[in-house]
Amino acid sequence: MNRCLKTILLLWWCCSAQAQVISVAPQYQQRYENILEELRCLVCQNQTVAESSSDLANDLRLEVKAMLEAGSSDQQIMDFMSDRYGDFVLYRPPLKARTLLLWLSPFGLLAGGLLMAFLIVRKRARATPGGPLDRRDKERLQHLLNDRHGGKHQPGESS
Amino acid sequence: MIRALIPAVIFFILAGFLYVGLYKDPSLVPSPLIGKPVPAFAASTLHDADRIITEKSLRGDYYLVNVWATWCAACKQEHAALVYLAEQRQVPIYGLNYKDTRAGALAWLRQYGNPYVSNIFDDSGRIGMDFGVYGAPETFLVDHQGIIRHKLIGVMTPQVWTAQFEPKIKRITQNIIARNIATQSIPK
Repeated sequence: MNRCLKTILLLWWCCSAQAQVISVAPQYQQRYENILEELRCLVCQNQTVAESSSDLANDLRLEVKAMLEAGSSDQQIMDFMSDRYGDFVLYRPPLKARTLLLWLSPFGLLAGGLLMAFLIVRKRARATPGGPLDRRDKERLQHLLNDRHGGKHQPGESS
Repeated sequence: MIRALIPAVIFFILAGFLYVGLYKDPSLVPSPLIGKPVPAFAASTLHDADRIITEKSLRGDYYLVNVWATWCAACKQEHAALVYLAEQRQVPIYGLNYKDTRAGALAWLRQYGNPYVSNIFDDSGRIGMDFGVYGAPETFLVDHQGIIRHKLIGVMTPQVWTAQFEPKIKRITQNIIARNIATQSIPK
């Protein structure tokens, strides 16, 4: 019973450890939320600034709010963040020499996969004779089918 | 023969990436401030609420800016190393007292010793934000032109000092010497 109570208390405690809500003027609300979803919290790196309950994330939320209210554009806010914390803070890092591999490798892998699929399909296509049947093959096929339906051979028996 | 090697090559490339990744600490994010000037700021000093300190107050052929707070356990760990560096006159150390209370920070310095030339009192953490601070302790090495040359995230130790800071300081002093020679030899 004691254990059960402890579990419940711990779960409740976890739920309470959520990001502090900052109220933003309604005209900025949408942009505010979008920006926070795009920013990584450097303290708990798998959370966005919107989700994180860390002290730094809270400061950054206040800063984003202040910048929005001061009339900054979304781009200015993103630049402010990456100037201080690096591209790592952006969940959508910009395309530059350093991030080229990051951006291009998925396309490279896709191209590699398609190439492999193409090669395998082509190889299989060559191994099994394809194309329309010529006259002789058609006659043979008809013959086989007639045989089978005529009951002269047991099903599954090869000719 | 070559076909048989393709999976092996892919395996080794992948293994190479994973092996390198094994020794990288994901919490160490490279600072975009390296090679850039110290951010501008104006704050009161920790010891005197009426005295204003700005980036222009930081002086030296090179100096450290050490981000610390009394709530930061690792700061206590590195404090002795900082005191030692200051006592040995290795480098002037400026403190950035980050999101702390004045009384608490002063009591800490009285108790553990004060290695700092002076301290920027950043109770809101707004100056820390301009420095890209995301976890104290952090230590910046700044050169004679006010350009940040190195950033340490984590605890300063004698080993870290020798391995990371001394080579950078050597380069800074070489630059200063080269500049002095160059300015002297310019014919009038």
